[in-house]
Amino acid sequence: MADKRQVKVKVNGVEYEGYAEPRKLLSDFLRDDLELLGTHVGCEHGICGACTILFNGEPIRSCLMFAVQATGAEIMTVEGIAENGKLHPIQEAFNEHHALQCGFCTPGMLITVYHFLKENPNPTEEEAREAVSGVLCRCTGYTQIVEAVMAAAEKMRIAA
Amino acid sequence: MSGEKKKWVGSSYKRKEDMRLLTGRGTFMDDILLPNMKHAAILRSPYAHAKILDVDISEALKAPGVIGVVTGEDVKKASKPYPCGVTIPTKYYTCAVDKVRFVGEPVAVVVADNRYLAEDALDLIEVDYDPLEAVVDIEKAIEPDAPVLHENIGSNIYNHRFFKYGTDWDTLCQEADEVVKWKFNFPKYAGSPIETYGVIASYSSFENSYVVYNNYQGPFVNHALTAMALGIPENKMRWIIPTDIGGGFGTKTGIYPYCALMSIVAKKTGVTVKWIEDRREHLLASATCTDRVTYIEAAVRKDGKILGLKDKAMDTTGGYIRPPEPGCAYRSTGNHTGAYDIRNLDREVYIVATNKGLTAPLRGYGCQELYFSTERITDMAAAKLGIDPAEIRFKNFVQPEQMPYTTATGGYYDVGNYPAAFQKCLDIVEYDKMREYQKKARAEGRLVGIGLASVVDPSVTNIAYVAIGKTIEERKNERDKSGSGEAAIVKVDPLGGITVICSTNPQGQGHETVISQIIADEFGVHPDEVVVDSVLDSSDRLYSITTGSFSSRFASSGTTAIVRASRQCIEKAKKIAAHLMKIKVEDVVMEEGKFFAKDKPEKAIKLRHIAGAAHWNQYDLPEGIDAGLFGTSLWTMPTSRPPDGKDRVNSSNTYGFVAEAIVVEVDQETGEITFLKWASVHDAGTILNPQIVRGQVLGSIVQAIGGSMYEEQAYDEHGQCLTASFADYLCPTAMEMPKVDVDHFESPSVLTALGSKGAGEGSSMSVPPAIGNAIADALAPLGVVVDELPLSPSKIWHMIDEAKAKTN
Amino acid sequence: MKPTAFEYFTPSTVQEALQLLESQGDEAKIIAGGQSLVAMMNFRAARPEALIDINNIKDLDYIREEEDELVIGALTRERTLEVSPLVKEKCPILAKAITHIGHLPIRFRGTIGGTLVHADPTAEIPITSVALDAKMKIAGPSGERVLNAGEFFLTYLTSAIEENELLVEVRIPTLPPKTTAWSYVDISRRFGDFAIVAVASVLSLDNDGVCKEARIAMGGVAPTPVRAKEAEALLAGQKITDSIIEEAAIKAAESDDVDPDSDYHATAEYRKAMTKVLTQRGLKEAWTNFEGSK
Repeated sequence: MADKRQVKVKVNGVEYEGYAEPRKLLSDFLRDDLELLGTHVGCEHGICGACTILFNGEPIRSCLMFAVQATGAEIMTVEGIAENGKLHPIQEAFNEHHALQCGFCTPGMLITVYHFLKENPNPTEEEAREAVSGVLCRCTGYTQIVEAVMAAAEKMRIAA
Repeated sequence: MSGEKKKWVGSSYKRKEDMRLLTGRGTFMDDILLPNMKHAAILRSPYAHAKILDVDISEALKAPGVIGVVTGEDVKKASKPYPCGVTIPTKYYTCAVDKVRFVGEPVAVVVADNRYLAEDALDLIEVDYDPLEAVVDIEKAIEPDAPVLHENIGSNIYNHRFFKYGTDWDTLCQEADEVVKWKFNFPKYAGSPIETYGVIASYSSFENSYVVYNNYQGPFVNHALTAMALGIPENKMRWIIPTDIGGGFGTKTGIYPYCALMSIVAKKTGVTVKWIEDRREHLLASATCTDRVTYIEAAVRKDGKILGLKDKAMDTTGGYIRPPEPGCAYRSTGNHTGAYDIRNLDREVYIVATNKGLTAPLRGYGCQELYFSTERITDMAAAKLGIDPAEIRFKNFVQPEQMPYTTATGGYYDVGNYPAAFQKCLDIVEYDKMREYQKKARAEGRLVGIGLASVVDPSVTNIAYVAIGKTIEERKNERDKSGSGEAAIVKVDPLGGITVICSTNPQGQGHETVISQIIADEFGVHPDEVVVDSVLDSSDRLYSITTGSFSSRFASSGTTAIVRASRQCIEKAKKIAAHLMKIKVEDVVMEEGKFFAKDKPEKAIKLRHIAGAAHWNQYDLPEGIDAGLFGTSLWTMPTSRPPDGKDRVNSSNTYGFVAEAIVVEVDQETGEITFLKWASVHDAGTILNPQIVRGQVLGSIVQAIGGSMYEEQAYDEHGQCLTASFADYLCPTAMEMPKVDVDHFESPSVLTALGSKGAGEGSSMSVPPAIGNAIADALAPLGVVVDELPLSPSKIWHMIDEAKAKTN
Repeated sequence: MKPTAFEYFTPSTVQEALQLLESQGDEAKIIAGGQSLVAMMNFRAARPEALIDINNIKDLDYIREEEDELVIGALTRERTLEVSPLVKEKCPILAKAITHIGHLPIRFRGTIGGTLVHADPTAEIPITSVALDAKMKIAGPSGERVLNAGEFFLTYLTSAIEENELLVEVRIPTLPPKTTAWSYVDISRRFGDFAIVAVASVLSLDNDGVCKEARIAMGGVAPTPVRAKEAEALLAGQKITDSIIEEAAIKAAESDDVDPDSDYHATAEYRKAMTKVLTQRGLKEAWTNFEGSK
């Protein structure tokens, strides 16, 4: 067994320090060691997208990285989207448009959309559809998710 | 009651569940952390069929962090085979005992300090297998020289039954102008929820009792059967289902064997054991629908009237048969003739053993397999007779004036207007215009097709259907089975707050929201004031064997139980109000959450004062009234009767209707399919929450697109699974989901409190045949017959290629 | 699905990485983006005893233009290439091909070097590199060597990189926009999946629309990406027309190098047929989008 390494990360603005074997997946480190249970694990081979997080501002699959690789990084997970006890406009839009059912893929969806609307605040519906295609949802049929993304974009444009 | 205009029910009230789910605060199985919890990993068979000669766990036991190892021998000692509704002696243990019968079957379980270490130790278990020839093809499995999976059965037939309803088939054929026949293959696919199975089990030797957290979706008959398998009283095995389940779709009815297995593991190792199924395990060995071969014949008159059907359906439940199978073949008994007035049916059913993964109900349970054959043969009959596929459906629909209608097989359709609902679908898709468009497209050499399907969507299964797996004679010696009970507790706390405890065990269907809407209407409060607890704990919740979320039972029986419990509670409140106001109960009126004498509305008392009296001053209650304020219901639908002496059974309780119209274009060079237009019209009775219902319909459509075009648990001839990762088991992404116009035609059920029927499974049943019909229609000019799914571009290209080769 | 244990090293220079490759021996693996490797490790289909993580070798992350080449550090992320104005201008086919790679999170992490060394014959960058005659600069214990894309891919999931070597740089010829027509087309089961068949086409044309040189690379048809040599030869010196495109597509599919396998998703016959369809569609798209064709 390889020795544990120190892992220092900032998650949702909070500094964390932990120790992990090199093989420990970042998704497991977030959940098991930091007890940030919002990030969900759905396939552990990078396809379902439920574990998507922002890693230094970029969306990545946390099941395809080792925790030791994250040292020094700034991470944002679903727990970090709402601020001051208030839903983010994306979360509001998801609620208003029924863009989630079981809610298991939702953390990955929200992080994906959060990044997408930052890069593309005025998307077409087709772009929104493509953006969420990296996260599998088995419940919704995606239609209401795409509707929510478009509505969120509008909310955010108005607020900006 | 039904159809009445409500304040909250019928509105798209925003989901209450979302607040926690959007902020990463849900409680799913893997979020449950218990003290001293250890972690299990399962060693699984690499062979489809092999004898187990030896399992050597000595090295694994020495591995770092390992607490214990459990093998099939341990499981055999600690449990009995699961009971199942067939007459052959099945031997389904939760872990392979002497033989493995499918790739992925559990062979041993390691418990270690964490999952990484547990998986390391799996690598150290040495299993000596003697590989045997495997059989994966349904029809080959019942040939006399096929390798036999279960020596104690002697063949690969788990179940074989004949049924005859109405006129004898040969006589019918003489009356018919045409008899159209074909063979169809329906694939094996799954719900594949993004959250996999999960179990945490612990055992106390002092009480000889188990606590098992798991994300089971029901039916709770399997709680009883698991207790039987473990040989313990049912009340010594407490199951706790967390608030949030990450999707079910029927797949999670298949967890219960792992509840037994992990109970055995917890007992043997003496620790609390957590097992979270990984995706590979899920794709290999959770549960799929049955794949089915159907030989079907339709006897039709020249005018399009279908006189009768004859079918032989052969399902496989894989390496074992386990409950609720053989339901795959019998769940649809009452609605076998679908939306059509067909009085004559000749049925043969086989359920067959093959070296493939096991099965469970999948959204639509048994109906997509059925309707793929019946709706395809309907189109083929229309083509043969030169009738439009829409016309043949109109010709055969059960008419609204025939309602309530009892089918030849015993189904009781209470309401519906199939021709009108179907017409609505045709109007939305602009059917005539699309036919014109198709004509033009064909003239340009394009392959455009229009596919229709019109099906009856059964919900709230009556457990009685399981009994049909046995003959009338065999059933005579057994207790009758019937029921569809669903439970609810509505309680008002000392400060007047309303809490509802539901037993419907939701997996994303929004029950907390809809229940709050119903309570808001019943009690005259705001939905936000209502708290709904959806944890299902077998030790303190009201439930029965039929409890859970399956067969779309919430909208019908779940809501009725909520309404009944509410009204019971309100009746009690009225009695207390009468006592407090010193008037007769009959004179108490409740409106907007206030109770008053009918002639003195100005002197109203609020619910919270009545609750206050019931809780804070228990001495001063009317004679014979218990303290507190609550109502309970475990309501079963009165139409849930046992099968009759002629194998007729009302296998479900409410029957909705779905019309699907899909326009596709096939790229004849690549075999790729594009959806040009799609209308989906549903009669789900009263719509409780339009936004939620729309989500349910769109969700069932995307899964059905998956099963029709992308998803399959596929095997090679040796029984090796070809689709054990999400790179090969292809769930549709947002890019594969077309625009679909969803609409409704409401005929409220007269059997349920709010008039609602199921809505979440209809398109699961109607989309596979509609896609099949659309592609068949597109390829018709080439003489291609579509008789299997899923239709990948490669498959379609070969169909086109072969047809072209024939004509050249 | 948890990986086996491994020793973990984080060199910050190429030299250090090479020394670690020497000292750790056969069972060591380089990890760059890890988007294929970690998935394989989670399945325990890959069980490296040591991982040499090159993500800290910041010197390997660059894109620059040198004369008529784009010079790209092996650690450059796919997403960086996809959105790079330089790449879009000088080698647009590369940026386009990258949009076909998985989904965005994969491209944010995946690197050009990683996907090349992984050598999946249906992967976008390997196919495009073959079409472009990219050059791979490989560092080893005895210095550097350069291989052409054609020599770099040996067979399925196997490149010419030795166990003690590291891919450090990729050099891709820039495409003069006024005289280049190009396209990248594929067929996959779902959006974002690995291609069943993919075709990358690059045509160099003169002012009259005559093809001086054609380079067509096909993926999913053999253990490595292959060039459609007969089709390329046919097109050279010809004016581009629908009929020559069709003839070239037939030649591409009939090439001896097109020898696909069947799998669950598609048969060999289908792949062969798609080679023709995609070559034809790809060449048409290249020609249609080409300024000079107007």
